[in-house]
Formats: sequence, structure tokens, C-alpha cells
Amino acid sequence: MLLISCPNCGPRDETEFHYGGQAHVAYPEDPYALNDREWAEYLFYRDNTKGAYAERWVHSTGCRQWFNMLRDTVSYEIQAVYPMGAAAPTTTAQAPEGASK
Amino acid sequence: MVETAAATPSNQNGSVVRAARRSPAAHLAGTFEAASLAGVAEIKEIPFQTMAGIRVQRDGDAGARVAAVSGGLPAACGEVVQNGGLSTLWLGPAEFLVIAPENAHASLGGDLLQALTEALGDGQGQVVDLSANRTIFELSGTKAREVLEKGCSLDLHPRAFKAGTAVSTEIGHIPAILWKSGEDTFQVLPRASFADFLGRWLVDGMREFASPEVP
Repeated sequence: MLLISCPNCGPRDETEFHYGGQAHVAYPEDPYALNDREWAEYLFYRDNTKGAYAERWVHSTGCRQWFNMLRDTVSYEIQAVYPMGAAAPTTTAQAPEGASK
Repeated sequence: MVETAAATPSNQNGSVVRAARRSPAAHLAGTFEAASLAGVAEIKEIPFQTMAGIRVQRDGDAGARVAAVSGGLPAACGEVVQNGGLSTLWLGPAEFLVIAPENAHASLGGDLLQALTEALGDGQGQVVDLSANRTIFELSGTKAREVLEKGCSLDLHPRAFKAGTAVSTEIGHIPAILWKSGEDTFQVLPRASFADFLGRWLVDGMREFASPEVP
């Protein structure tokens, strides 16, 4: 189980959190201008990163606040926790062998 | 909400309300009594407390007005502000729970909700009557911490979890508020529909301490 450090409540078990998918997926500026393929890509297409991955989490059993987290999808190491709306921090962590962004 | 059967003539002293209500774990009262061992691990339900859910930015004007009524709003996770009979728990950066004795409820002649609503005024936020949302189990005794540790993954050791701390967490896999109100006393606040499950879970956890020790 992951031990996630909530920015408000401190380290808690993963079961207290819910996953919110990939972070930094911007809502299209004009959804009506999109064709079906582009809309489908916005809705359903996400990165399948091997390595550092920015994702959203919510501390649903605690403070009920959303935050972003940079997690390594191979080692499960949590590299950074940062607020919603902030840019993803650049990591100095070594990407695992064979990883492609 | 606030406009309950407060002022009807037949309910002058709240007798109608008191006769009609039934607490979420009322059916477990006998089980709790049988499972309790004085001083070691005791459990009882403290039902019908008045609870108000508040959502307001604590550093704004509305937050200051609400704080004046509640006796202050806690600033960080775990903090509890106690003032008179009111206890205000931190649930989130802009979310608080005020707990007061049952007499503070409008149905028994109190005016807590009214006062909080008026203090909020047209400021951004909300005051909601959550009195029926949760019940309170008081778990006390020298083994109370060990009972809770069976179903709660937080560090409950006194050096990490001090008296006067309240957190929203999971106990027995269900969400509940855990409030350490004294050195050996914990208030557990499950939602009403979880009260039966959590009550039985805690009784189960207490069983070993109520039996004679195996040498």
C-alpha cells in the first residue's frame, strides 16, 4: 500500500484517497470547435507513461481536498506532491531503463 | 433544518422530540454495557449531540463572524477549539464541525444553528444542521488505544496523537472522525448508518480485554 503525504493532513494510507487520473489535462478552450476525434482524445486518451507520471488525487476520507502528485509508475516512488494549478516540478530522478516519455 | 417543531405548544420542553427520537446505536446499549470492563475498556454511546457543519474561509470576514459564535475556528488538521460547551473540529481547510450538547438544538429550545446561520449572513459558505448525521461512541480505558489500533492505521501512540486532537480517518475500513478527548478517552464519530457496524467492530476488539488474561 502507498503511504501518501496529504498536503493538509500528513502521511495517510492509500485507502483514504481516491485517484483522479492524469493531471494537467486542460479542458479545450472551445469544445464546439473540436471534431469527434479530438473530443474523444480529450475525454479518453491519456499517457501511459513508464516512469514519472503526474496524477491527481483527492484525500476523500480526510480533508476532501485535491492535489497533484508525481509518482513513478515503475517503482511507485512518490517524487513530489504539489497543489492543484501548479506546474509539474521537474524531477532529477533517473528514468528507469527503457522508459520513454 | 432550523425550522423544526421547536415552538409548537405540545413541545414546550422538548418532550415530544425526546419521546420520538431513537439513536443509531440504541439497540446496542446492552451489548456495550456487557462488553465494557471498568477502567480497562469501556464503550458507550453519547447520542443526540447537536452538530453543525460549517464551510467558510476562516481568514475572511464571514469566517471571523462565525468564529465569534463558535468560539474560534481551528487552523490545521487535528486541531480542536473548545469554548464553553462548544467544540469545533477541523475537517478541511474551509470545513469545520461544531459539536454542542443536545440542548443547543432548535428542537429542544437552543439557538446554535440559528446563531451560526446569522453570523454567516450572506458571506460565502454554509451552515448545515448535521445533528442526525453522526453519533458518538466514547471509548475509554487503559486499553482503548489498543482496541482502536486494530482497525485504524494512524499512529495513535501518545507521543504522536495527543489528547485534544481530532482527525478524519478510517476505523475498521469505514470513514469516521476520531477525537482523542482525554489521555485514555476517545470519541469516535461514525455516520449514523455505520454506527451498528462500527459499534460491533469495537465490541469485537474489546472482547480480549474483558476476558481473564491467559498466563
